[in-house]
Amino acid sequence: MLIRRSANIVPSEITPRDVYFNRRQLMAGAAGLVAAAAWPDALRAAPLSATKSPLSATDEKLTSRKDITTYNNYYEFGTDKASPAQNAHTLKTTPWTVKVDGLVAKPAAYAVEDLIKESSLEERIYRMRCVEGWSMVIPWVGIPLADVIKRVEPQGSAKYVAFETAYRPDEMSGVDTLIPILDWPYVEGLRMDEAMHPLTILAVGLYGETLPNQNGAPIRLVVPWKYGFKGIKSITRISFVEKQPETSWNKQASNEYGFYANVNPAVDHPRWSQATERRIGEGGLFVKRRPTLMFNGYADQVAQLYMGMDLKKFY
Amino acid sequence: MAGQASTGGAKRGFSVPQIPKIAVYIVGFVPAVWLFYEGVNDRLGADPMRYLEQALGLWALRFLIASLTVTPLRQLFSVNLLRYRRALGLLAFYYAALHLLIYLVLDQGLDLAAIGADIIKRPYITIGMATFIILTPLALTSNNAAIKRLGGQAWARLHRLVYAAAIGAVLHFVLVVKSWPLEPLVYAAIVMALLGYRLARSFTKKPSPRRRPA
Repeated sequence: MLIRRSANIVPSEITPRDVYFNRRQLMAGAAGLVAAAAWPDALRAAPLSATKSPLSATDEKLTSRKDITTYNNYYEFGTDKASPAQNAHTLKTTPWTVKVDGLVAKPAAYAVEDLIKESSLEERIYRMRCVEGWSMVIPWVGIPLADVIKRVEPQGSAKYVAFETAYRPDEMSGVDTLIPILDWPYVEGLRMDEAMHPLTILAVGLYGETLPNQNGAPIRLVVPWKYGFKGIKSITRISFVEKQPETSWNKQASNEYGFYANVNPAVDHPRWSQATERRIGEGGLFVKRRPTLMFNGYADQVAQLYMGMDLKKFY
Repeated sequence: MAGQASTGGAKRGFSVPQIPKIAVYIVGFVPAVWLFYEGVNDRLGADPMRYLEQALGLWALRFLIASLTVTPLRQLFSVNLLRYRRALGLLAFYYAALHLLIYLVLDQGLDLAAIGADIIKRPYITIGMATFIILTPLALTSNNAAIKRLGGQAWARLHRLVYAAAIGAVLHFVLVVKSWPLEPLVYAAIVMALLGYRLARSFTKKPSPRRRPA
């Protein structure tokens, strides 16, 4: 399943985005369905070609595709780790529009393929540390969020970027519970400099294929130095705002989940330690805890974003 | 509620087929054997250690609840399972011990500093450990010799600690999860109903030892 592509693939070898996203239209056109969706059918993973990124964590053993796609926290589809893989197929990801609004020069409802088509897809192998104390290494396919932000031209007054997940009770089996697990829709946010950081990506695939629904299809956020819950899934709205936006888990339990949610072994979750983690797929029953790294091992790249901040206070 | 129960008048109780007690232990250990077997063969999902740890804890709670249903079943429905109550209680203890063992050995890798810090700093671990400590003397005195030694009344008083253990066990469960998922709340509701029943009965029954209200 690993995409074994030579590391130094020349850009000219890569299928241009527009040709790639139009190939289905070509096929559909031949069948007389000109207006058919350009995005590959999310239920059947479609291959994506991507360049390798120097920002990947190359020395890490990848978590298996099976584990990445069957052990998920996506509470809109149930709270059990296995629930999203069982239930998320009901989410219709084609067509998919992302509303861009707020303090921005080019607000619009963008088709997801239009939002990303100017950028070439990159494979980014990142560590993912869940706030619950487990971790994975995931080969994402995506584009820098900064590309999209630059394209829509935020105003100078935009200090934060807010994100929103789809909220569709008819397609999401876990949002209509007796006691709502969270105040839906799921919302997240980043400071502008965090959003613009080269490590921050919008992912549309993993393991060289389009994202399975349970992993946040068709488009999700990945911020590798933060706890996994910051990586909002199935994004339908990106807003540019002046004030720090509300975030779902912070609303649910503000003493446990902060806005920043940077991976930090020295700042415990009130109910459990964050000093160590279990790497999924490593050792089975006899998994050995490994020390959690400051900023999930990305301190060299991101520590300067938080210079002078008390990270115990801004957890 | 309690009064109604007695008006049923059936003192003999339902004739429950006499299953040997050993069968309860054998069936009771099936989940543990199955879990360890699946675990060793790496069939417990992506995070097998955590799955095993949680499943054993959940079975401990289930057996604890089962042991607490014996009295209401007898009083309300005249179903007499008293002869199996010891087995159910001991199974709860054995599963709790396995749950604790997995936490100490596989989860924490016997890192005593981390375990100590957990017990002191994490309320759900503090409560879980306290619950196990409460269950221990109950398990140790779950035999006829101990009943004889302590005397029936003292033994019964001691074993009322099971109510505290049940509260501890569901609190431990509710406090470990994020947000308020349904499952731990359902278990908490069952325990509250079982303990609430006893509380209500203790009020209505106190004044007189009469079995039959007029």
